Amino acid sequence: MLVSIYRYNPESDKAPYMQDVELEIPEGKDLMVLDVLALLKEKDSTLAYRRSCREGVCGSDGMNMNGKNGLACITSLSQVVKDNKLVLRPLPGLPVIRDLVVDMSLFYQQYEKIKPYLQNNSPAPAIERLQTPEDRSKLDGLYECILCACCSTSCPSFWWNPDKFVGPAGLLQAYRFLADSRDTATDERLAGLDDPFSVFRCRGIMNCVSVCPKGLNPTRAIGHIRNMLLQRAT
Amino acid sequence: MVTSVTNFGRSGAYDWMVQRVSAVVLALYTAFMVGLVLFTPDLTYEVWSSLFEKTWIRIFSLLALIALGAHAWIGLWTITTDYIKDGLMRFLSQAVCGLVMFIYLIWGVQTLWGL
Repeated sequence: MLVSIYRYNPESDKAPYMQDVELEIPEGKDLMVLDVLALLKEKDSTLAYRRSCREGVCGSDGMNMNGKNGLACITSLSQVVKDNKLVLRPLPGLPVIRDLVVDMSLFYQQYEKIKPYLQNNSPAPAIERLQTPEDRSKLDGLYECILCACCSTSCPSFWWNPDKFVGPAGLLQAYRFLADSRDTATDERLAGLDDPFSVFRCRGIMNCVSVCPKGLNPTRAIGHIRNMLLQRAT
Repeated sequence: MVTSVTNFGRSGAYDWMVQRVSAVVLALYTAFMVGLVLFTPDLTYEVWSSLFEKTWIRIFSLLALIALGAHAWIGLWTITTDYIKDGLMRFLSQAVCGLVMFIYLIWGVQTLWGL
């Protein structure tokens, strides 16, 4: 199999380039892309990429595989390889630090902006703040996000305005706290989102839904936030 | 909250709503015009000018023209803020868009009322 991989070492390379490597894939096995990266690293130890849990939980190894973002550890070759060729690039739209490693600062700044923690100034009960099963179920499909950045870096609105548009990952988490029955900062949260960029730069193209490795739906969450903003304004 | 001084209203929700309402107005006006051209068997100058002498069609047309201006401004503002990163170039492009829409509006009023 031919693997074409994005290489860039700012200390030695003037510009990024694609390196083509012929790789023998063991017969009868459907390797994950992360396994292929390990084989490549055996050949060339200067190759840099992030990885940690290798089972789709930590969100470290988000990358662009044959044009589509995903987690290398849970994406099998049979899912992505076409014509016996695999093209690996870093997540699009973020500054590259080295090879497949990107600088996630902009992504985290947007996450920080939506205040991703429970806000409730009423005195805490002796044991815990209880929720009904119905209220708890509203958080399903929201809390599972692992912040791998596959969605936000597949979103053109985030590419063009990563400093202003919160992006699908941040907005999914924004709605996670807006929908939480224990959070009392709904008005403040909505006031912080009611500008032409933070939420409304989403044009609903659903790239985020198409790439999310956890099968989540940020576009739906953004729709809910938009409805809350419209209800608040009328 | 991100601040912006060049978008249509001061809030994203307001722009979003204006964009949707103006789209409905434009869709109705387009459907009306296409229907008029297709289903009027003998569409002469007299038929056309007598129609546009009626107040309701002038109001409807002016409404469509204002909707077009607002819709185009919000759309082009979005495109320019996406793709033109240089502040001065972006402002000049937006100013040209705004001026063209203003000219269309005044010109449209002149045409509709035969001034």
